[in-house]
Amino acid sequence: MTTTIYLIQLLNALFYAAVLFLIAAGLSLIYGVMRIVNLAHGTLYALGAYVTAWVVGSAFGNAVNGTLGLAGVLLLVPVGAIVIAAVGALIEPTLLRPLYARPEEYHLLLTFGLLMIIEDVIKLLFGGTPLSAGTIMDSMGSIPIGFMLYPTYNLFVVAIGLVAAVGLWWFIYRTKFGVILRATSQDRRMASALGLDVGRVYVQAFAIGCFMAGLGGAVGGPAQAAVLGMGVDALILAFVVVVIGGLGSLEGALVGALIVSLVRTAGIQFFPEIELAVLYLIAAAVLMVRPTGLFGRA
Amino acid sequence: MTDTTVTSAVPEATGPATTRLIVVAIVILVALAVLPHVVDTYQTQLLIYGLLFAVAALGFNLLLGYTGLLSFGHSAYFGTGAYTVAFIVRDLGVQSMELCILGGLLGTLFVSALFGFVCVRHTRIFFGILTLALSQVLWSLAFKFFWVTGGTDGIRVASARLTLLGGLIDFRGPGAFARFIFAYYYYVLVLFAAATAVMWIIVHSPFGKALQAIRDNETRAGFIGIPVRRYRWIAFVISGLFAGLAGILWVPLNGLTTPDILYWPFSGEIVFMAVLGGFRNFTGPIVGAVVFNYLKAYAVASSEYWQLVLGVVLVILVLVLPSGIVGTIARLTARFRGKAS
Amino acid sequence: MSLLQTIDLKRYFGETRAVDNVNLTIEEGEFVSLVGPNGAGKTSLCNVVSAYLRPDSGKIIFQGEDVTNASVTERVKAGIARSFQLVNLFDDLTAFDNVALAIFSRQGKTRNLAALAHLDGEVNNEADTVLGQFGLAAKRNVTARGLAQGERKLLDVALAYALRPRLLFLDEPTSGVSTRDKGQIMDTIASVVRGEGITAVIIEHDMDVVFKYSDRIVVMHQGAILAQGPPDAIRTNEQVAMILLGSAGPDAFSREH
Repeated sequence: MTTTIYLIQLLNALFYAAVLFLIAAGLSLIYGVMRIVNLAHGTLYALGAYVTAWVVGSAFGNAVNGTLGLAGVLLLVPVGAIVIAAVGALIEPTLLRPLYARPEEYHLLLTFGLLMIIEDVIKLLFGGTPLSAGTIMDSMGSIPIGFMLYPTYNLFVVAIGLVAAVGLWWFIYRTKFGVILRATSQDRRMASALGLDVGRVYVQAFAIGCFMAGLGGAVGGPAQAAVLGMGVDALILAFVVVVIGGLGSLEGALVGALIVSLVRTAGIQFFPEIELAVLYLIAAAVLMVRPTGLFGRA
Repeated sequence: MTDTTVTSAVPEATGPATTRLIVVAIVILVALAVLPHVVDTYQTQLLIYGLLFAVAALGFNLLLGYTGLLSFGHSAYFGTGAYTVAFIVRDLGVQSMELCILGGLLGTLFVSALFGFVCVRHTRIFFGILTLALSQVLWSLAFKFFWVTGGTDGIRVASARLTLLGGLIDFRGPGAFARFIFAYYYYVLVLFAAATAVMWIIVHSPFGKALQAIRDNETRAGFIGIPVRRYRWIAFVISGLFAGLAGILWVPLNGLTTPDILYWPFSGEIVFMAVLGGFRNFTGPIVGAVVFNYLKAYAVASSEYWQLVLGVVLVILVLVLPSGIVGTIARLTARFRGKAS
Repeated sequence: MSLLQTIDLKRYFGETRAVDNVNLTIEEGEFVSLVGPNGAGKTSLCNVVSAYLRPDSGKIIFQGEDVTNASVTERVKAGIARSFQLVNLFDDLTAFDNVALAIFSRQGKTRNLAALAHLDGEVNNEADTVLGQFGLAAKRNVTARGLAQGERKLLDVALAYALRPRLLFLDEPTSGVSTRDKGQIMDTIASVVRGEGITAVIIEHDMDVVFKYSDRIVVMHQGAILAQGPPDAIRTNEQVAMILLGSAGPDAFSREH
């Protein structure tokens, strides 16, 4: 009987890891290419969750005959991600680009300002009460595992996480754009001298990173409801992931997300009060022993 | 080409410049001392908030402006100072403000030494996130252990029960609040002046110069024999103590201590104060804190999207006016003086 | 007892043998030039001796003590100082403050946070003296960022000098400077260093400079010491000429630069 419980917990951990991976991979990608740490990244995740919740909620409410096909609903999920990508594509050239020549405190300050702006924009657009896109979850039903029923939606999210991981890896290492991306991240001036439009690469990389954050919110949102303040928590957790995995590394984001998620799931079971502290302790320990993370480059 | 004016974070205080500085400082202090006699209780109270936030911002800027470390978690030390006082008053029945200050500083010392030790081992980006994460840990603890901290209800500390100057001044009887504000203003003013003087000495000391060297070039700092990590840690602790002192002084004024002062937006406000005033100048954070305090008092009333306003102004500051109020004024006067001569 | 002795010092970067079994001895009072083609390992050797890099194996003996595992600050305190090829200054501090800081550090005064730096007459006077020695007195109050390139190179050396080291490593102090200024800068540095009898190791590419000032020249190639000796011996060494210039012959070096 207890194997069922453990299996369920493992699936929960995988679900959470998928969401964390999406957020962390986006953060890591942006840093890897542009050496920018976007403090508003977690808030973009939150915005993704809210937008998706609102879109899904409206869709269900306004559907002509009361039921949209499941496929139709699922197609709505990435809408949140695309909106966030668009936001990112707006932010990078206008606000971040002027700061590349300046010391890094400046872009930290600016993205912190963005964090505050977006947090309040969320409040402005969606109000203070939590939004839920739980209808998607419900409409996907559940499958039996052992003696319990497990939401199919969670498995769907794990699948999305895997697809995203593979997709991102293929994109970075197997496509022409990926080569350009890697070249620009290694030596921006050289890339520019070779005729690459660095500005375009940057805005595209930033938009992709934001897309990942938005996607994390879009798929993670339905299971947990969008609440105010989820952004900063997500940011810190994403950072713990990249600290463990290594900033700028895709494999690191994956492994880090798995580790953090497993620890968190176990922590909630056994030490619910201090689960946050346990995670920070691990991050601090990793930083002390191996500052670049498991897979990071110095 | 020589640009000797604003690029140096601290103008050389020698000879006539020092005398000018002291004269200006005295004038300002006298003006501040006279103030409660000319304005009402509310304005005085408002300025007390401004002064104690100035102490916090000053401490924060030791790290940012002078050591090059940007902390997003200074609410942790402000909050530790405040909660320590709240605990002392509630659980130990302490009434003397001096004992509260002592206890609060000890608590803050412990937390900032511990957090600092963890944080200063790391590069700037990780440093920032670590400071944020650690302050969130404290916040979540204050939240979750509500049977100790009062949770969101907070801990009440009544100013009427406190005494200043070792019991010489108490606040019982009628008109207590106005009397409290009047006396407390001078109490805080003196501490503010002392804190400012202490910080001024520190940043102009050989240690302060060493911090600036670490800020400018930590590699070379090591190669002239400066123990980089240790000095960063010391700066961190001093910075935390200043924030803690501000938190301590805040408690009797605010009356209620809640987890809000440990939450990250408050750290953001401290950052904002320093950037607004100008983090490359000594007086920047003071000006920024006082201006911000008035902005907040009058803007919060008119908008519930206060954070949005703050964020927009911060973005604008970073893009357009990175040297803040004081820095920009300094630059303009230098240019004006250059043109005139 | 030699001032500095490296024993079988090794530092590899993967396949590249930057420092390959180097046994170098420096005697007190010497003015040694370290030369060699690019990639010979000169800067790596300097980096290892100054603790910027850890050696893979081998020992470094300084004044009879094994400092192989000593940290950067420990080595500075022991008396090893270095300047940098790519100028490494405190850009937002004035030239005066840069030098004064080195002196404060040397005297152990940087831990002092209760005294005002500009009131320390002893340090101030010494800083002014050092600036004068390096011809930077007029730029005393200029922030390091605002100095000309040649002045920045001099300040970089002055910082290391102000530590009053027993051994001074100078990494290409005239590189990146116009030919006209090179000679002047080197003259300044040499007069200060030789004038006070400081033991110095200079990494240089300009062979005129090298021949003019060195007591001894150490030629490195592919991480190892190829040859060493007084200028005359090196000047006539055909193998050295081959490595450094690509051609031999008695006039090879006089055609240089």
